[in-house]
Amino acid sequence: MLHTQPIATLRQLLTSREISPADLLRSVESSIAETDSAIGAYLQRDFPTALAEAEKADLTQPLGGIPIGIKDIINVNGQPLTCGSKILAGKFTSPYDATVITRLRAAGAIPFGKLNMDEFAMGSSTENSALQVTRNPRDLTRVPGGSSGGSAAAVAAGTAVATLGTDTGGSIRQPASFCGIVGLKPSYGRVSRYGCTAYASSLDQIGPMTRSVADAALLLQAIAGPDPADSTCRRDPVPDFSAALTGDIKGLRIGLPDEYFGEGIDPEVRAAVDRAIQLLEGAGAELHRVSLPHTGSAIATYYIIATAEASANLARFDGIRYGHRCENPENLLDLYNRSRAEGFGPEVKRRIILGTYVLSSGYYDAYYRKAQKVRHLIRQDFARAFEKVDVLLGPTCPTPAFKFGAHTSDPLQMYLADIYTIAANLAGLCGLSLPCGQTVPTPGTPALPIGLQLLAPALGEATLLHAAHATEQALR
Amino acid sequence: MPQEEHINVRYVAGLARLTLTPEEEATYATQLDSILHYVAQLDNVDVSQVPEHTLEEGGCDFTRPDIARAPQSLESALLNAPRRSGDQFLVPKVVE
Repeated sequence: MLHTQPIATLRQLLTSREISPADLLRSVESSIAETDSAIGAYLQRDFPTALAEAEKADLTQPLGGIPIGIKDIINVNGQPLTCGSKILAGKFTSPYDATVITRLRAAGAIPFGKLNMDEFAMGSSTENSALQVTRNPRDLTRVPGGSSGGSAAAVAAGTAVATLGTDTGGSIRQPASFCGIVGLKPSYGRVSRYGCTAYASSLDQIGPMTRSVADAALLLQAIAGPDPADSTCRRDPVPDFSAALTGDIKGLRIGLPDEYFGEGIDPEVRAAVDRAIQLLEGAGAELHRVSLPHTGSAIATYYIIATAEASANLARFDGIRYGHRCENPENLLDLYNRSRAEGFGPEVKRRIILGTYVLSSGYYDAYYRKAQKVRHLIRQDFARAFEKVDVLLGPTCPTPAFKFGAHTSDPLQMYLADIYTIAANLAGLCGLSLPCGQTVPTPGTPALPIGLQLLAPALGEATLLHAAHATEQALR
Repeated sequence: MPQEEHINVRYVAGLARLTLTPEEEATYATQLDSILHYVAQLDNVDVSQVPEHTLEEGGCDFTRPDIARAPQSLESALLNAPRRSGDQFLVPKVVE
Protein backbone atom coordinates (compact mmCIF):
# COMPACT_ATOMS: atom_id res chain seq x y z
CA MET A 1 0.00 0.00 0.00
CA LEU A 2 1.24 3.43 -0.91
CA HIS A 3 0.64 5.05 2.44
CA THR A 4 2.55 2.47 4.46
CA GLN A 5 5.84 3.81 3.09
CA PRO A 6 8.06 5.84 5.43
CA ILE A 7 7.06 9.49 5.65
CA ALA A 8 10.39 10.55 4.09
CA THR A 9 9.63 8.36 1.05
CA LEU A 10 6.09 9.70 0.78
CA ARG A 11 7.43 13.24 0.95
CA GLN A 12 9.82 12.52 -1.93
CA LEU A 13 6.97 11.10 -3.99
CA LEU A 14 4.82 14.13 -3.17
CA THR A 15 7.43 16.81 -3.84
CA SER A 16 8.45 15.16 -7.11
CA ARG A 17 4.72 15.13 -8.05
CA GLU A 18 4.77 11.37 -8.64
CA ILE A 19 1.78 11.23 -6.32
CA SER A 20 -0.61 13.88 -5.02
CA PRO A 21 -1.87 14.39 -1.47
CA ALA A 22 -5.27 13.25 -2.75
CA ASP A 23 -3.72 9.96 -3.97
CA LEU A 24 -2.32 9.41 -0.51
CA LEU A 25 -5.64 10.15 1.18
CA ARG A 26 -7.47 7.81 -1.18
CA SER A 27 -4.95 5.08 -0.39
CA VAL A 28 -5.68 5.55 3.34
CA GLU A 29 -9.43 5.68 2.67
CA SER A 30 -9.46 2.45 0.68
CA SER A 31 -7.39 0.63 3.31
CA ILE A 32 -9.85 1.72 6.01
CA ALA A 33 -12.76 0.55 3.85
CA GLU A 34 -11.05 -2.82 3.41
CA THR A 35 -9.95 -3.59 6.95
CA ASP A 36 -11.30 -1.28 9.63
CA SER A 37 -14.60 -3.10 10.01
CA ALA A 38 -12.54 -5.96 11.51
CA ILE A 39 -10.21 -3.74 13.55
CA GLY A 40 -12.49 -0.90 14.72
CA ALA A 41 -9.74 1.70 15.12
CA TYR A 42 -11.62 4.68 13.68
CA LEU A 43 -14.52 6.42 15.40
CA GLN A 44 -15.02 8.78 12.49
CA ARG A 45 -13.27 10.24 9.47
CA ASP A 46 -14.01 13.12 7.15
CA PHE A 47 -12.45 12.49 3.74
CA PRO A 48 -14.42 15.18 1.84
CA THR A 49 -12.97 17.89 4.10
CA ALA A 50 -9.54 16.22 4.06
CA LEU A 51 -9.56 16.03 0.25
CA ALA A 52 -10.41 19.72 0.07
CA GLU A 53 -7.46 20.43 2.38
CA ALA A 54 -5.27 18.13 0.27
CA GLU A 55 -5.94 20.33 -2.77
CA LYS A 56 -4.38 23.25 -0.89
CA ALA A 57 -1.61 21.32 0.90
CA ASP A 58 1.69 23.18 1.04
CA LEU A 59 4.17 20.57 -0.15
CA THR A 60 7.14 22.73 0.85
CA GLN A 61 6.36 22.12 4.50
CA PRO A 62 7.96 19.18 6.42
CA LEU A 63 4.74 17.14 6.55
CA GLY A 64 3.15 18.62 3.44
CA GLY A 65 0.35 16.35 2.19
CA ILE A 66 0.74 13.70 4.93
CA PRO A 67 -2.58 12.53 6.47
CA ILE A 68 -2.48 11.99 10.25
CA GLY A 69 -5.04 10.13 12.41
CA ILE A 70 -5.90 11.73 15.74
CA LYS A 71 -6.81 10.14 19.08
CA ASP A 72 -10.34 11.28 19.83
CA ILE A 73 -9.35 13.21 22.92
CA ILE A 74 -7.78 16.02 20.87
CA ASN A 75 -9.95 18.81 19.47
CA VAL A 76 -10.08 19.26 15.69
CA ASN A 77 -12.13 22.29 14.74
CA GLY A 78 -15.58 21.42 13.41
CA GLN A 79 -15.18 17.69 14.04
CA PRO A 80 -17.06 15.67 16.69
CA LEU A 81 -15.10 14.87 19.86
CA THR A 82 -16.10 11.90 22.01
CA CYS A 83 -13.15 10.96 24.29
CA GLY A 84 -14.59 7.44 23.89
CA SER A 85 -17.48 8.45 26.17
CA LYS A 86 -21.26 8.48 25.98
CA ILE A 87 -21.18 11.79 27.83
CA LEU A 88 -19.83 13.47 24.67
CA ALA A 89 -20.71 11.15 21.78
CA GLY A 90 -23.16 12.85 19.45
CA LYS A 91 -23.24 15.88 21.72
CA PHE A 92 -19.99 17.76 21.15
CA THR A 93 -18.38 19.41 18.16
CA SER A 94 -14.94 20.92 18.69
CA PRO A 95 -15.13 24.72 18.48
CA TYR A 96 -11.39 25.11 17.85
CA ASP A 97 -8.16 23.28 16.95
CA ALA A 98 -5.87 21.98 19.68
CA THR A 99 -2.38 23.48 19.43
CA VAL A 100 -0.97 20.17 18.12
CA ILE A 101 -3.54 20.27 15.31
CA THR A 102 -2.69 23.90 14.48
CA ARG A 103 0.96 22.86 14.33
CA LEU A 104 0.31 19.78 12.20
CA ARG A 105 -1.65 21.94 9.76
CA ALA A 106 1.17 24.53 9.73
CA ALA A 107 3.57 21.69 8.88
CA GLY A 108 1.33 20.76 5.95
CA ALA A 109 -0.25 17.64 7.50
CA ILE A 110 -3.91 16.75 7.09
CA PRO A 111 -5.84 15.55 10.17
CA PHE A 112 -8.56 13.38 8.64
CA GLY A 113 -9.99 11.01 11.27
CA LYS A 114 -10.48 10.30 14.95
CA LEU A 115 -9.38 7.13 16.70
CA ASN A 116 -10.92 5.01 19.44
CA MET A 117 -9.62 5.02 22.99
CA ASP A 118 -10.43 4.04 26.55
CA GLU A 119 -12.99 6.47 27.91
CA PHE A 120 -11.18 9.71 28.87
CA ALA A 121 -7.89 7.81 28.41
CA MET A 122 -8.56 5.66 31.48
CA GLY A 123 -7.52 2.13 30.68
CA SER A 124 -4.88 -0.16 29.23
CA SER A 125 -6.85 -2.13 26.65
CA THR A 126 -9.37 0.20 24.91
CA GLU A 127 -12.05 -2.09 26.38
CA ASN A 128 -13.25 0.95 28.35
CA SER A 129 -14.38 2.75 25.19
CA ALA A 130 -18.13 3.26 25.46
CA LEU A 131 -18.42 3.41 21.68
CA GLN A 132 -16.85 0.38 19.99
CA VAL A 133 -14.42 -2.50 20.26
CA THR A 134 -10.93 -2.09 18.83
CA ARG A 135 -9.01 -5.28 18.07
CA ASN A 136 -5.29 -5.93 17.87
CA PRO A 137 -4.46 -6.28 14.15
CA ARG A 138 -1.89 -8.98 14.94
CA ASP A 139 -4.46 -11.19 16.69
CA LEU A 140 -8.12 -10.16 16.58
CA THR A 141 -8.84 -12.07 19.80
CA ARG A 142 -6.54 -9.74 21.73
CA VAL A 143 -6.68 -6.14 22.86
CA PRO A 144 -4.62 -3.45 21.10
CA GLY A 145 -3.57 -1.98 24.45
CA GLY A 146 -4.66 1.41 25.62
CA SER A 147 -5.64 3.97 26.15
CA SER A 148 -4.46 5.00 22.66
CA GLY A 149 -5.55 1.63 21.25
CA GLY A 150 -7.18 3.01 18.12
CA SER A 151 -4.11 5.10 17.29
CA ALA A 152 -1.83 2.05 17.65
CA ALA A 153 -4.15 -0.36 15.82
CA ALA A 154 -4.54 1.98 12.83
CA VAL A 155 -0.78 2.23 12.31
CA ALA A 156 -0.28 -1.52 12.85
CA ALA A 157 -3.16 -2.43 10.52
CA GLY A 158 -1.81 -0.16 7.79
CA THR A 159 -4.85 2.12 7.86
CA ALA A 160 -2.87 5.24 8.80
CA VAL A 161 0.48 6.77 7.90
CA ALA A 162 0.93 7.90 11.49
CA THR A 163 -1.24 8.98 14.41
CA LEU A 164 -1.23 11.02 17.58
CA GLY A 165 -1.92 9.44 20.95
CA THR A 166 -1.74 10.59 24.56
CA ASP A 167 0.19 9.05 27.42
CA THR A 168 -0.66 9.57 31.12
CA GLY A 169 0.77 6.31 32.51
CA GLY A 170 1.88 4.46 29.38
CA SER A 171 -1.05 5.01 27.02
CA ILE A 172 1.19 5.58 23.98
CA ARG A 173 4.00 3.15 24.77
CA GLN A 174 1.92 0.16 25.94
CA PRO A 175 -0.38 -0.02 22.87
CA ALA A 176 2.66 0.59 20.66
CA SER A 177 4.25 -2.46 22.30
CA PHE A 178 1.10 -4.58 21.96
CA CYS A 179 0.62 -3.67 18.28
CA GLY A 180 4.28 -3.72 17.17
CA ILE A 181 4.80 -0.06 16.32
CA VAL A 182 6.80 2.92 17.60
CA GLY A 183 5.22 5.14 20.27
CA LEU A 184 6.86 8.18 21.83
CA LYS A 185 5.81 9.93 25.03
CA PRO A 186 7.48 13.35 25.10
CA SER A 187 8.77 14.92 28.30
CA TYR A 188 6.30 16.79 30.46
CA GLY A 189 6.03 20.26 28.98
CA ARG A 190 7.59 19.44 25.58
CA VAL A 191 4.26 19.45 23.71
CA SER A 192 1.30 21.76 24.36
CA ARG A 193 -1.87 20.15 25.76
CA TYR A 194 -4.09 23.08 24.82
CA GLY A 195 -7.17 21.51 23.25
CA CYS A 196 -6.48 18.04 24.63
CA THR A 197 -9.16 16.95 27.10
CA ALA A 198 -7.45 16.76 30.50
CA TYR A 199 -7.30 13.50 32.45
CA ALA A 200 -4.39 13.99 34.90
CA SER A 201 -2.80 17.33 34.25
CA SER A 202 0.57 16.69 35.92
CA LEU A 203 1.04 13.52 33.83
CA ASP A 204 -0.68 13.86 30.41
CA GLN A 205 1.36 14.27 27.21
CA ILE A 206 0.55 14.07 23.50
CA GLY A 207 2.93 12.11 21.28
CA PRO A 208 3.41 10.36 17.92
CA MET A 209 2.63 6.74 17.06
CA THR A 210 4.38 5.60 13.91
CA ARG A 211 5.94 2.79 11.90
CA SER A 212 9.51 3.94 12.49
CA VAL A 213 11.66 6.06 14.77
CA ALA A 214 12.36 8.44 11.86
CA ASP A 215 8.63 9.04 11.40
CA ALA A 216 8.25 9.70 15.14
CA ALA A 217 11.05 12.27 14.98
CA LEU A 218 9.29 14.08 12.10
CA LEU A 219 5.96 14.23 13.93
CA LEU A 220 7.50 15.31 17.22
CA GLN A 221 9.37 18.08 15.40
CA ALA A 222 6.06 19.40 14.11
CA ILE A 223 4.16 19.39 17.41
CA ALA A 224 6.84 20.29 20.00
CA GLY A 225 7.64 23.72 21.38
CA PRO A 226 6.36 26.52 23.59
CA ASP A 227 2.73 27.60 23.47
CA PRO A 228 1.30 30.75 25.07
CA ALA A 229 -2.01 28.90 25.45
CA ASP A 230 -0.51 26.24 27.78
CA SER A 231 1.27 27.55 30.85
CA THR A 232 2.80 24.11 31.51
CA CYS A 233 4.47 24.02 28.10
CA ARG A 234 8.20 24.63 28.41
CA ARG A 235 9.99 27.39 26.57
CA ASP A 236 13.15 25.43 25.89
CA PRO A 237 14.31 25.37 22.26
CA VAL A 238 13.37 22.32 20.21
CA PRO A 239 16.40 20.53 18.72
CA ASP A 240 16.52 19.02 15.23
CA PHE A 241 15.35 15.51 16.10
CA SER A 242 15.96 13.98 12.67
CA ALA A 243 19.59 15.17 12.82
CA ALA A 244 20.02 13.02 15.94
CA LEU A 245 19.33 9.82 14.00
CA THR A 246 22.94 9.01 13.14
CA GLY A 247 22.77 5.28 13.81
CA ASP A 248 26.12 5.43 15.61
CA ILE A 249 25.66 4.19 19.14
CA LYS A 250 29.35 3.81 20.10
CA GLY A 251 29.90 5.02 23.65
CA LEU A 252 26.21 5.53 24.42
CA ARG A 253 25.69 4.60 28.07
CA ILE A 254 22.64 2.40 28.49
CA GLY A 255 21.29 1.69 31.97
CA LEU A 256 19.50 -1.58 32.71
CA PRO A 257 17.32 -1.10 35.81
CA ASP A 258 17.38 -4.21 38.00
CA GLU A 259 13.73 -3.64 38.90
CA TYR A 260 12.64 -3.86 35.23
CA PHE A 261 14.00 -7.39 34.84
CA GLY A 262 12.57 -8.99 37.97
CA GLU A 263 9.67 -11.31 38.67
CA GLY A 264 6.55 -11.26 36.56
CA ILE A 265 8.17 -10.71 33.19
CA ASP A 266 7.13 -13.13 30.46
CA PRO A 267 10.10 -15.32 29.41
CA GLU A 268 9.65 -14.50 25.71
CA VAL A 269 9.55 -10.77 26.48
CA ARG A 270 12.72 -11.15 28.54
CA ALA A 271 14.46 -13.10 25.77
CA ALA A 272 13.58 -10.52 23.10
CA VAL A 273 14.82 -7.61 25.22
CA ASP A 274 18.00 -9.52 26.15
CA ARG A 275 18.69 -10.12 22.46
CA ALA A 276 18.33 -6.41 21.73
CA ILE A 277 20.72 -5.61 24.58
CA GLN A 278 23.32 -7.98 23.13
CA LEU A 279 22.99 -6.39 19.71
CA LEU A 280 23.42 -2.90 21.18
CA GLU A 281 26.50 -3.99 23.09
CA GLY A 282 27.86 -5.45 19.88
CA ALA A 283 27.24 -2.11 18.17
CA GLY A 284 29.39 -0.33 20.74
CA ALA A 285 26.99 0.76 23.49
CA GLU A 286 28.15 0.64 27.11
CA LEU A 287 25.86 -1.30 29.43
CA HIS A 288 25.45 -0.43 33.09
CA ARG A 289 23.28 -1.98 35.78
CA VAL A 290 21.31 0.64 37.68
CA SER A 291 18.68 0.59 40.39
CA LEU A 292 15.37 2.44 40.65
CA PRO A 293 14.48 1.35 44.19
CA HIS A 294 11.04 2.99 44.35
CA THR A 295 9.73 1.29 41.20
CA GLY A 296 7.45 -0.90 43.31
CA SER A 297 5.68 2.17 44.69
CA ALA A 298 5.00 3.77 41.30
CA ILE A 299 1.60 2.21 40.58
CA ALA A 300 0.19 3.03 44.02
CA THR A 301 1.51 6.59 43.70
CA TYR A 302 0.07 6.96 40.23
CA TYR A 303 -3.40 5.75 41.14
CA ILE A 304 -3.63 8.33 43.92
CA ILE A 305 -2.30 11.30 41.94
CA ALA A 306 -3.95 10.49 38.60
CA THR A 307 -7.38 9.79 40.08
CA ALA A 308 -7.20 12.90 42.27
CA GLU A 309 -6.49 15.04 39.23
CA ALA A 310 -9.12 13.21 37.18
CA SER A 311 -11.80 13.83 39.80
CA ALA A 312 -11.12 17.57 39.49
CA ASN A 313 -10.72 17.65 35.70
CA LEU A 314 -13.89 15.68 35.00
CA ALA A 315 -15.98 17.93 37.24
CA ARG A 316 -16.48 20.06 34.12
CA PHE A 317 -18.80 17.40 32.68
CA ASP A 318 -21.86 18.56 34.55
CA GLY A 319 -24.57 18.64 31.88
CA ILE A 320 -24.69 22.43 31.81
CA ARG A 321 -22.43 23.79 29.08
CA TYR A 322 -21.82 20.71 26.93
CA GLY A 323 -22.21 16.96 26.93
CA HIS A 324 -25.03 14.70 28.05
CA ARG A 325 -27.88 16.13 30.14
CA CYS A 326 -30.38 13.81 31.84
CA GLU A 327 -34.08 14.06 31.06
CA ASN A 328 -36.42 15.99 33.35
CA PRO A 329 -34.07 16.89 36.21
CA GLU A 330 -35.86 17.66 39.47
CA ASN A 331 -33.32 20.32 40.39
CA LEU A 332 -29.75 21.36 39.68
CA LEU A 333 -28.16 18.71 41.91
CA ASP A 334 -30.27 16.00 40.29
CA LEU A 335 -29.16 17.29 36.90
CA TYR A 336 -25.48 17.00 37.88
CA ASN A 337 -25.81 13.61 39.56
CA ARG A 338 -27.87 11.87 36.91
CA SER A 339 -26.18 13.45 33.87
CA ARG A 340 -22.80 12.25 35.11
CA ALA A 341 -24.12 8.84 36.20
CA GLU A 342 -25.73 8.26 32.78
CA GLY A 343 -22.78 9.64 30.80
CA PHE A 344 -19.70 8.14 32.45
CA GLY A 345 -18.71 4.47 32.17
CA PRO A 346 -17.62 2.15 35.02
CA GLU A 347 -13.86 2.81 34.96
CA VAL A 348 -14.31 6.59 34.85
CA LYS A 349 -16.75 6.47 37.77
CA ARG A 350 -14.36 4.23 39.70
CA ARG A 351 -11.47 6.65 39.23
CA ILE A 352 -13.57 9.74 39.99
CA ILE A 353 -14.77 8.17 43.26
CA LEU A 354 -11.24 7.07 44.22
CA GLY A 355 -9.85 10.52 43.36
CA THR A 356 -12.58 12.28 45.32
CA TYR A 357 -11.89 10.02 48.29
CA VAL A 358 -8.11 10.63 48.39
CA LEU A 359 -8.68 14.39 48.24
CA SER A 360 -11.49 14.47 50.79
CA SER A 361 -11.22 16.03 54.22
CA GLY A 362 -9.28 13.82 56.61
CA TYR A 363 -7.70 11.69 53.88
CA TYR A 364 -5.73 14.23 51.84
CA ASP A 365 -2.54 13.98 53.93
CA ALA A 366 -2.66 10.21 54.18
CA TYR A 367 -3.06 9.68 50.46
CA TYR A 368 -2.41 12.64 48.18
CA ARG A 369 0.34 14.36 50.17
CA LYS A 370 2.05 11.04 50.83
CA ALA A 371 1.87 10.11 47.15
CA GLN A 372 3.41 13.41 46.12
CA LYS A 373 6.31 12.78 48.47
CA VAL A 374 6.85 9.28 47.09
CA ARG A 375 6.73 10.83 43.64
CA HIS A 376 9.69 12.96 44.68
CA LEU A 377 11.61 9.81 45.61
CA ILE A 378 10.77 8.25 42.24
CA ARG A 379 12.13 11.38 40.52
CA GLN A 380 15.28 11.14 42.62
CA ASP A 381 15.79 7.51 41.57
CA PHE A 382 15.83 8.55 37.92
CA ALA A 383 18.02 11.60 38.56
CA ARG A 384 20.63 9.38 40.22
CA ALA A 385 20.47 6.83 37.39
CA PHE A 386 20.88 9.51 34.73
CA GLU A 387 24.07 10.72 36.44
CA LYS A 388 25.61 7.46 35.20
CA VAL A 389 23.82 6.68 31.94
CA ASP A 390 22.31 8.44 28.92
CA VAL A 391 19.23 6.27 28.55
CA LEU A 392 17.48 3.47 30.41
CA LEU A 393 16.34 0.30 28.65
CA GLY A 394 13.89 -2.43 29.56
CA PRO A 395 10.69 -4.09 28.41
CA THR A 396 7.70 -1.80 27.76
CA CYS A 397 5.27 -4.30 29.27
CA PRO A 398 5.69 -7.52 31.26
CA THR A 399 3.65 -9.50 28.70
CA PRO A 400 2.53 -9.38 25.07
CA ALA A 401 -1.06 -8.30 24.26
CA PHE A 402 -3.63 -10.11 26.38
CA LYS A 403 -7.04 -11.51 25.47
CA PHE A 404 -10.25 -9.51 25.68
CA GLY A 405 -11.76 -9.77 29.14
CA ALA A 406 -8.55 -10.97 30.79
CA HIS A 407 -8.53 -8.17 33.39
CA THR A 408 -11.99 -6.63 33.21
CA SER A 409 -13.31 -8.18 36.44
CA ASP A 410 -10.32 -7.05 38.51
CA PRO A 411 -9.21 -3.49 37.70
CA LEU A 412 -6.19 -3.73 40.01
CA GLN A 413 -4.69 -6.48 37.83
CA MET A 414 -5.05 -4.19 34.80
CA TYR A 415 -3.30 -1.38 36.68
CA LEU A 416 -0.38 -3.64 37.68
CA ALA A 417 0.45 -4.32 34.02
CA ASP A 418 1.63 -0.70 33.69
CA ILE A 419 4.57 -1.24 36.04
CA TYR A 420 7.33 -0.27 33.56
CA THR A 421 5.67 2.75 31.94
CA ILE A 422 4.03 4.63 34.78
CA ALA A 423 7.12 5.98 36.57
CA ALA A 424 8.23 7.98 33.51
CA ASN A 425 5.04 10.05 33.73
CA LEU A 426 5.48 10.60 37.47
CA ALA A 427 9.04 11.82 36.83
CA GLY A 428 8.25 13.88 33.70
CA LEU A 429 10.69 11.90 31.53
CA CYS A 430 10.44 11.11 27.84
CA GLY A 431 10.06 7.50 26.75
CA LEU A 432 9.65 5.44 23.62
CA SER A 433 8.54 1.91 22.80
CA LEU A 434 9.76 0.16 19.68
CA PRO A 435 9.30 -3.41 18.46
CA CYS A 436 12.17 -5.73 19.44
CA GLY A 437 10.80 -9.12 18.48
CA GLN A 438 7.79 -11.34 18.70
CA THR A 439 6.58 -14.44 20.46
CA VAL A 440 6.85 -17.87 18.88
CA PRO A 441 3.50 -18.70 17.23
CA THR A 442 1.58 -21.66 18.60
CA PRO A 443 -1.57 -23.38 17.29
CA GLY A 444 -4.33 -20.78 17.55
CA THR A 445 -2.01 -17.94 18.54
CA PRO A 446 -0.04 -16.00 15.95
CA ALA A 447 3.29 -14.36 16.74
CA LEU A 448 2.68 -11.37 19.01
CA PRO A 449 4.82 -8.22 19.03
CA ILE A 450 7.17 -7.46 21.92
CA GLY A 451 8.14 -3.89 22.75
CA LEU A 452 11.34 -2.47 24.17
CA GLN A 453 11.22 0.75 26.14
CA LEU A 454 13.88 3.45 26.24
CA LEU A 455 13.70 6.31 28.76
CA ALA A 456 15.69 9.55 28.74
CA PRO A 457 15.78 12.57 31.05
CA ALA A 458 13.28 15.41 30.70
CA LEU A 459 13.84 17.25 27.40
CA GLY A 460 16.19 14.46 26.28
CA GLU A 461 14.15 13.52 23.21
CA ALA A 462 17.13 13.94 20.86
CA THR A 463 19.12 11.39 22.88
CA LEU A 464 16.05 9.15 23.17
CA LEU A 465 15.44 9.18 19.42
CA HIS A 466 19.14 8.69 18.71
CA ALA A 467 19.22 5.60 20.92
CA ALA A 468 15.92 4.29 19.54
CA HIS A 469 17.03 4.74 15.93
CA ALA A 470 20.29 2.90 16.57
CA THR A 471 18.35 0.12 18.31
CA GLU A 472 15.98 -0.11 15.38
CA GLN A 473 18.96 -0.41 13.01
CA ALA A 474 20.67 -3.03 15.17
CA LEU A 475 17.52 -5.15 15.24
CA ARG A 476 17.09 -5.20 11.47
CA MET B 1 -3.02 5.19 55.84
CA PRO B 2 -6.42 4.63 57.44
CA GLN B 3 -6.67 0.92 56.64
CA GLU B 4 -9.22 0.10 59.30
CA GLU B 5 -11.91 2.05 57.47
CA HIS B 6 -13.86 0.98 54.43
CA ILE B 7 -14.68 3.55 51.83
CA ASN B 8 -18.25 4.85 52.12
CA VAL B 9 -18.95 4.68 48.42
CA ARG B 10 -22.39 6.31 48.50
CA TYR B 11 -21.09 9.29 50.48
CA VAL B 12 -18.01 9.81 48.30
CA ALA B 13 -20.04 9.39 45.10
CA GLY B 14 -22.30 12.14 46.42
CA LEU B 15 -19.30 14.41 46.83
CA ALA B 16 -18.34 13.53 43.25
CA ARG B 17 -21.88 14.32 42.02
CA LEU B 18 -22.58 10.78 40.87
CA THR B 19 -25.77 8.80 41.46
CA LEU B 20 -24.98 5.10 41.78
CA THR B 21 -27.23 2.07 41.63
CA PRO B 22 -27.10 -0.33 44.61
CA GLU B 23 -25.27 -2.81 42.37
CA GLU B 24 -22.65 -0.20 41.47
CA GLU B 25 -22.21 0.73 45.12
CA ALA B 26 -21.55 -2.91 46.05
CA THR B 27 -19.13 -3.47 43.14
CA TYR B 28 -17.17 -0.28 43.75
CA ALA B 29 -17.00 -0.94 47.51
CA THR B 30 -15.25 -4.25 46.87
CA GLN B 31 -13.00 -2.98 44.10
CA LEU B 32 -12.02 0.27 45.83
CA ASP B 33 -11.27 -1.54 49.10
CA SER B 34 -8.94 -3.81 47.14
CA ILE B 35 -7.26 -0.84 45.44
CA LEU B 36 -6.90 1.06 48.74
CA HIS B 37 -5.43 -2.04 50.35
CA TYR B 38 -2.85 -2.13 47.56
CA VAL B 39 -2.17 1.60 47.83
CA ALA B 40 -1.54 1.23 51.57
CA GLN B 41 1.90 -0.19 50.68
CA LEU B 42 3.02 3.45 50.55
CA ASP B 43 2.89 3.36 54.37
CA ASN B 44 6.15 1.44 54.18
CA VAL B 45 7.96 4.16 52.21
CA ASP B 46 10.03 6.50 54.36
CA VAL B 47 9.33 10.08 53.24
CA SER B 48 10.61 11.74 56.42
CA GLN B 49 13.45 13.38 54.49
CA VAL B 50 11.25 14.71 51.67
CA PRO B 51 10.60 18.44 52.11
CA GLU B 52 7.10 19.86 51.73
CA HIS B 53 7.97 22.11 48.79
CA THR B 54 8.39 19.10 46.52
CA LEU B 55 4.62 19.00 46.15
CA GLU B 56 4.90 21.55 43.38
CA GLU B 57 8.11 20.34 41.74
CA GLY B 58 8.29 19.23 38.17
CA GLY B 59 5.45 21.41 37.02
CA CYS B 60 6.17 24.31 34.76
CA ASP B 61 4.16 27.47 35.03
CA PHE B 62 5.02 30.08 32.48
CA THR B 63 2.98 33.20 32.04
CA ARG B 64 2.48 34.86 28.67
CA PRO B 65 2.51 38.60 27.99
CA ASP B 66 -0.75 40.20 29.07
CA ILE B 67 -2.01 41.06 25.62
CA ALA B 68 -5.71 41.13 24.77
CA ARG B 69 -6.76 38.51 22.23
CA ALA B 70 -10.01 37.85 20.46
CA PRO B 71 -12.22 35.82 22.82
CA GLN B 72 -14.18 32.73 21.84
CA SER B 73 -17.29 33.89 20.00
CA LEU B 74 -20.66 33.72 21.72
CA GLU B 75 -21.99 31.29 19.13
CA SER B 76 -18.93 29.06 19.49
CA ALA B 77 -19.28 29.04 23.29
CA LEU B 78 -22.94 28.05 23.03
CA LEU B 79 -22.38 25.59 20.18
CA ASN B 80 -22.57 22.50 22.40
CA ALA B 81 -25.09 23.71 24.99
CA PRO B 82 -27.50 20.87 25.93
CA ARG B 83 -30.22 23.52 26.20
CA ARG B 84 -30.07 27.22 25.48
CA SER B 85 -32.33 30.19 25.51
CA GLY B 86 -31.17 32.93 23.19
CA ASP B 87 -27.61 33.75 24.13
CA GLN B 88 -27.67 31.87 27.44
CA PHE B 89 -27.35 28.33 28.80
CA LEU B 90 -30.71 27.10 30.07
CA VAL B 91 -30.60 25.30 33.44
CA PRO B 92 -33.22 24.21 36.00
CA LYS B 93 -34.37 26.79 38.51
CA VAL B 94 -31.69 27.18 41.19
CA VAL B 95 -33.60 29.24 43.80
CA GLU B 96 -36.23 26.99 45.41
